[in-house]
Amino acid sequence: MSGHSTYEPKTGFERWLDMRLPVIRMAYDTVLTFPTPKNLNYWWTFGGILSLCLGIQIVTGIILAMHYVPHVDYAFNSVERIMRDVNYGWLVRYIHATGASMFFLAVYIHICRNLYYGSYKAPREVLWILGCVIYLLMMATAFMGYVLPWGQMSFHGTVVITNLFGAIPVIGPSITTWLWGGFAVDDPTLNRFFSLHYLLPFVIAGVVVLHIWALHVPGNNNPTGVNVKSKEDTVPFHPYYTVKDGFAISVFLILFGFFVFWFPTALLSPDNSIPANPLVTPAHIVPEWYFLPFYAILRSIPNKLGGVIMMFSAIAVLFVLPWLDTSKVRSMRYRPTIRLYFFIFLLVCLVLGFCGAHEPAEQVIPGVTTFTLGDYDLNTMVWLSRVAALYYFAYFLLITPIMGLTETPLPVPESISEPVLSHPASGSAQAAAASNKG
Amino acid sequence: MLRKGLTLAAFGLALVAGPAMAATTQAELKDIHWSFEGPFGKFDQVQLQRGYKVYREVCSACHSMNLMYFRNLGQKGGPFYDPKYPNPNENPYVKSLAHDIQVGDIDQDTGDPVKRPATPADKFAAPFPNEVAAAASNGGKAPPDLSVMAKAREGGPAYIYSILTGFVTPPAGLTIPAGKYYNPYFPGDLSGSWTGSPDHVPQGGVIGMPPPLAPNKVTFDDKTPSTVANQARDVAAFLAWAAEPKMEERKQFGLGAMIYLVIFSVLLWFSYRRIWRNVAH
Repeated sequence: MSGHSTYEPKTGFERWLDMRLPVIRMAYDTVLTFPTPKNLNYWWTFGGILSLCLGIQIVTGIILAMHYVPHVDYAFNSVERIMRDVNYGWLVRYIHATGASMFFLAVYIHICRNLYYGSYKAPREVLWILGCVIYLLMMATAFMGYVLPWGQMSFHGTVVITNLFGAIPVIGPSITTWLWGGFAVDDPTLNRFFSLHYLLPFVIAGVVVLHIWALHVPGNNNPTGVNVKSKEDTVPFHPYYTVKDGFAISVFLILFGFFVFWFPTALLSPDNSIPANPLVTPAHIVPEWYFLPFYAILRSIPNKLGGVIMMFSAIAVLFVLPWLDTSKVRSMRYRPTIRLYFFIFLLVCLVLGFCGAHEPAEQVIPGVTTFTLGDYDLNTMVWLSRVAALYYFAYFLLITPIMGLTETPLPVPESISEPVLSHPASGSAQAAAASNKG
Repeated sequence: MLRKGLTLAAFGLALVAGPAMAATTQAELKDIHWSFEGPFGKFDQVQLQRGYKVYREVCSACHSMNLMYFRNLGQKGGPFYDPKYPNPNENPYVKSLAHDIQVGDIDQDTGDPVKRPATPADKFAAPFPNEVAAAASNGGKAPPDLSVMAKAREGGPAYIYSILTGFVTPPAGLTIPAGKYYNPYFPGDLSGSWTGSPDHVPQGGVIGMPPPLAPNKVTFDDKTPSTVANQARDVAAFLAWAAEPKMEERKQFGLGAMIYLVIFSVLLWFSYRRIWRNVAH
């Protein structure tokens, strides 16, 4: 879609370099002239926001690593030293800690935008899978980063999560020992997590390059989900989207700064300001907010191995989504039925997060004891998370494939530029016929 | 505000879930206004000075503050900061405060352990040589370090204030072990030592710390009445500062950063409108 390059070297040096290593041509084609659908809305700005998040985390992380000491006796105090004695250390650390949450906030919006507009569908399956890989790597990196301050939640969170691998039959306990580098979470664990926490962001950066490469082959999807048909449908990336992304990034940074400067500890557990003590377990071990839905799925299964399988399946199902979706229409703008199920799905994810933040036995509606079925009290977080988890999987495994075959989509505009049909409310039978032919 | 809301919500849930599940309970923390609240809030320097005095004369007998150096007291935003001495190590008041405290050192000639008066570069001396000694002298459990206490508990300074002013006579029917004290603000589960109705188990728990404050236990130099409430409030403020000594700098920096970002966003918005003005989209 991007067509052949329109770059023309202007200086002697550029011509010389272009014959040998056409990096300027590549930058020119991918950043400046890349034809981008002209109807992208603000949900499309999160790709740029995420690149910035990764950059911020890497830069602040490298600075923190200059002052951090990965040792069980010094880790906690070295983090506090950064907060107290390193020039602007408080700023760097709070940006890094808040940045993790902002990164996940942006990635969840980015993923939901994909789901809504069907961006994962052909020919963007590889692009989507690379995105899922980035998401997995982000989760691993964030988890290991949370261990480093070596507070109570760091330590006991590590114990809980690494023990999950122990549920694997036969080889589980060996894997856990191998992960720990010993027979308990201790200094070797902290050291290797630090090493990997430093490594993985660069792996993410590598996969991001592939992700952008895979984006630039078919080009961007767009809110209509209709393929780009002509040059009229697109604008060059620069200056049109550099300025639009720039504006969105600036607004996002205001939200970011709001947390960094006024509520830096709002997203951190107070327990993590207590140095790690293997002998004292915190009353409630709760992961960071961005893991809560998966934590709820994990705990919704009474069997440990079953819970682990379900938790990983919740992520694995994303990888095969392009083949689960049977609909020919990409954008949910023209799929009113599944759109409703999708909004329920979003709500269900929030409900799972809510359940993950509470104890499984806690009542959902306090004081109500009438919702019982035999020995089971259905008015508990664990039952709510079971229902929600069921919907989570049903959405991908049943609703998505079945809806694609049974629903009647609204008429899809013939092209991005088709102004009359640019709104779903103004569709006509003619366009429906046209889109069915296409 | 957000944090407070979340905290209250958490406590609310803990409260309603409490009686049915016999889980950890805690009374709702006392609502107290702090000068350092809000986006422009600053520490009250005189209050920090009083708070330091309470820590030094009362708390430091049992609680260490291992992350604190005497120089911190004279740094920008600290209780004894004096603009005349931008280097806190030269602040004479901080020097004299440090001088009053004996810290351990090594004799440079013999290598023997010695005691000498502290300098601003020294850490606050811990009251016990190690955790075992601290536990042995305090009923089997070492008093926690107070350096980041205001960050390490839900509610922060409000929690500290509530605990310090929260010691009350245990209700009839509650058995308190010898050497322990009832405090409704200390998270705990009292269902095991309660003989009354299981639906009315008292909130809170038993704490190993005896009520530390008493009227006139500390003499305030600025004529502030030395009540338990004032001592508790001031030491809680001091601990809030000790846990986040860069808070004022952070808020000030944030204000500048936000003004910059808002102006930048507005400029980008107008640039966006201008660049896109001829594109129907």
